[in-house]
Amino acid sequence: MADIAIDNPGGVVLLMGNEAIARGAIEAGIGVAAAYPGSPTSEIIPTIAAVAGKRKIHVEWSSNEKVATEVAAAASLAGIRSFAVMKQNGLNVASDFIVNLNMTGIGSAGMVIFVADDPGGMTSSNEQDSREVAKWFDNPLLEAQNAQEAKEMVTWGFELSEKVNLPVFLRGVTRLCYTRGNVALGKLPSGGEKKAFFPEIWDMYNPAKSRFTAGPSQVAHKNLHEKLKKARALFEDSPFNSYAGPENPELLIISSGVCTSYSLEAIEELDVADRVGALKLGTVWPMPEKLIEKRLLSTQKVLFVEETDPFIERSVMEFAAGRLPEMGGLAFYGKRSGHLAPFNEQSADLVIAALADILNIPLAPRDPGYRKKAEEAMALVPARPINMCAGCPHRATFWAVKNAIARDGRNGFVCGDIGCYSMAFAAPGFYQARTMHAMGSGIGMANGFGSLGDYGFDQPVLAVSGDSTFYHAALPALVNGIYNQSNFTLLILDNSATAMTGFQPHPGTGMLATGAPAPIVDMEGLCRSLGAEVRVCDPFDLEETTDAILAMMQKKSGARVIIMRHICQLLKAKRKIPGECKMRVDDEKCLGDSCGCDQLCTRIFGCPGLMWDGAAKKAVIDEAICVGCGLCADICPAGAIIREEARP
Amino acid sequence: MRSLTKEPFNLIVAGVGGQGNVLLSAFVGLALVNEGFTVTVADTFGVSQRGGSVTSHIKISKKASYSSVTLEGKADVVLGMEPVETLRALGEFGNPQVVVIVNPRPVHPAGGIPYPDLDLVKQAISGLSARASFINATDEALKMGDPLFANIILLGALMGADVLPLESGAMLPILQERFSGAMYDKNIEAFNRGIDLCRNP
Repeated sequence: MADIAIDNPGGVVLLMGNEAIARGAIEAGIGVAAAYPGSPTSEIIPTIAAVAGKRKIHVEWSSNEKVATEVAAAASLAGIRSFAVMKQNGLNVASDFIVNLNMTGIGSAGMVIFVADDPGGMTSSNEQDSREVAKWFDNPLLEAQNAQEAKEMVTWGFELSEKVNLPVFLRGVTRLCYTRGNVALGKLPSGGEKKAFFPEIWDMYNPAKSRFTAGPSQVAHKNLHEKLKKARALFEDSPFNSYAGPENPELLIISSGVCTSYSLEAIEELDVADRVGALKLGTVWPMPEKLIEKRLLSTQKVLFVEETDPFIERSVMEFAAGRLPEMGGLAFYGKRSGHLAPFNEQSADLVIAALADILNIPLAPRDPGYRKKAEEAMALVPARPINMCAGCPHRATFWAVKNAIARDGRNGFVCGDIGCYSMAFAAPGFYQARTMHAMGSGIGMANGFGSLGDYGFDQPVLAVSGDSTFYHAALPALVNGIYNQSNFTLLILDNSATAMTGFQPHPGTGMLATGAPAPIVDMEGLCRSLGAEVRVCDPFDLEETTDAILAMMQKKSGARVIIMRHICQLLKAKRKIPGECKMRVDDEKCLGDSCGCDQLCTRIFGCPGLMWDGAAKKAVIDEAICVGCGLCADICPAGAIIREEARP
Repeated sequence: MRSLTKEPFNLIVAGVGGQGNVLLSAFVGLALVNEGFTVTVADTFGVSQRGGSVTSHIKISKKASYSSVTLEGKADVVLGMEPVETLRALGEFGNPQVVVIVNPRPVHPAGGIPYPDLDLVKQAISGLSARASFINATDEALKMGDPLFANIILLGALMGADVLPLESGAMLPILQERFSGAMYDKNIEAFNRGIDLCRNP
């Protein structure tokens, strides 16, 4: 979308879910938007940032999600609508603040928190269902079916937030965030001058009037439950909930979010619209019980379609258990019955299979002859495992790490972390990372391993952190390690960007979310000031880097940090910085199968710019992919990979 | 608005991360919305950066917004940016009526996994489609000086094949909005080359 703040009410445009969400926030007249990058939400902040000046919005990449949520909440307390964005992992980081913010309320201006879950773990390390968090924390939660509805829900979420004086969650999933669809634009607010002011009100026993402290918690907690009751009453008549189908369906589907589209498509495909009713729940928590009751009493069978946990399924069954005389005869289908799974994504195909089973409809598979041919052809299709890009500096770093650990010979290992370099747990990083959990956890765990000396632990411990991750959550763990004198070496893989989520700037880049210049929070100086010994290496200088890692690993005490500094190859390409050289395999020198290297360059080193020519049994450069970083010339034992003249 | 032979009409773009299929699919979606269609454009990828399988699903309708992913066996057109990825898509979404346009230039998988015999792959693609056109988009793009032009050449081929409810001219304003100056000229050259390669093989 060229201009997300185009003033064209009623105009229909194609927007990615994330862009539609950004547009919804702009239409709602937000004054502040804050987030830490996390796919599948990463495009929302840049979309708002592109019009930040024009729409007078303070947009920021915060150093982590907790800070982002605090920055946003302060705006609401000062009378300015605020928007915080995070993925499911980020919600965990922000959660300690949110649970307490619920106690104080958000003041006079609304606050919406968009949280995206990732069923199938397409860009995540887990499949957490954030609806459970909303229930746990007592936040109202809406869930959008598509881009259009996401935009509308953001806007309405602010009104709801102001009515109940609570942050409102809008929940999405990867499919919502990354699917583009038609969106009819709404009106933009006139943008009248609003002055931020934090009112001086203090009433110890009325938390609604003492907005700045989580006062007596039993009072605040009681009020919180009253607020949820109010939200539930508003949800009973919400247009975000709708029903389509016969008055007394043979089977009722209750669904939320993108699963509503799967359900409707399955009903259409099986041609059972006269037998199956579809109740779409847009206001998921607190559940609109009267609406649910009405529909439950109209049927005998209920199928729940949702991602990822059986959240609505459990809530409805719990509700029905309290109405046993009227609802004792209902049959419930979903994740408990095994018709759908409480993990991975759902799909229209999965709903078709569930419906066919419950309604005894024979399924006509694809033309059997075609299907057989297709299955046979699949034998030709190779796996395409994950990889780092051609020219990725992380490949160089982990090559050096692997060799340093081997030379040291004391079973050293790497505690991994979250970023492109997470792939070090697998072949692209030569299986060097042995742990990988949450942002900053690699260094925290390295602290722990490095404190086990009293128990005879003598393995060298390395931790890795990206540059953006360093500011997000690695910093407290580094402080801890220095204070508690843990024995480990931290490698900061500084590629000048939050690369995995799309090159967002961070405190070390000298740039703001809007692209404006910013002070650089110097990681090298910071680490030194904390008392760490710091070295800076270019990982493409393999020999020096390997020696540096080995030397640091072999020290017996003291905090050690090596900054591996080399710009992300994709960022380099974006900035049109040409490759250093043109690569060529010397046919004479490449001994192929008879070399004894066992295809070191393609099989182990694994840069996608190298191919194994099966016919010639030799390595070749794929000129469509090679970026000319030159690293492979240094790893070929036969010296057969040649760096030619610098590219023009 | 042109008529649709089917509701929804399903286009799949199959390729490898980094080939530009996400951008290509968005362009097709933008043009369709300009013509008044209701579309969803969704990209399916594994846990991968560059180099993993990426499949984009474009569902075209006159009436409703459908879910993101194509039903099993329901592709109407597959635009393949890479041969084995095309075959992978046909395995899941193909049927005897599907029309295929494919760039026969392999992208090798990582870790030294051998690439299958290309002739066998091409035969299998032809055997699983009503009609398959092989467009040497990467070779043509390299002639133009940058392998990245392959996706715009394939976009041209897709429009040249006249299998979508779109005139090829519908794509011009989209390219104009996205590119300017010399880059616009290069992309138009690539687009027209794609149309030509498809119509005059």
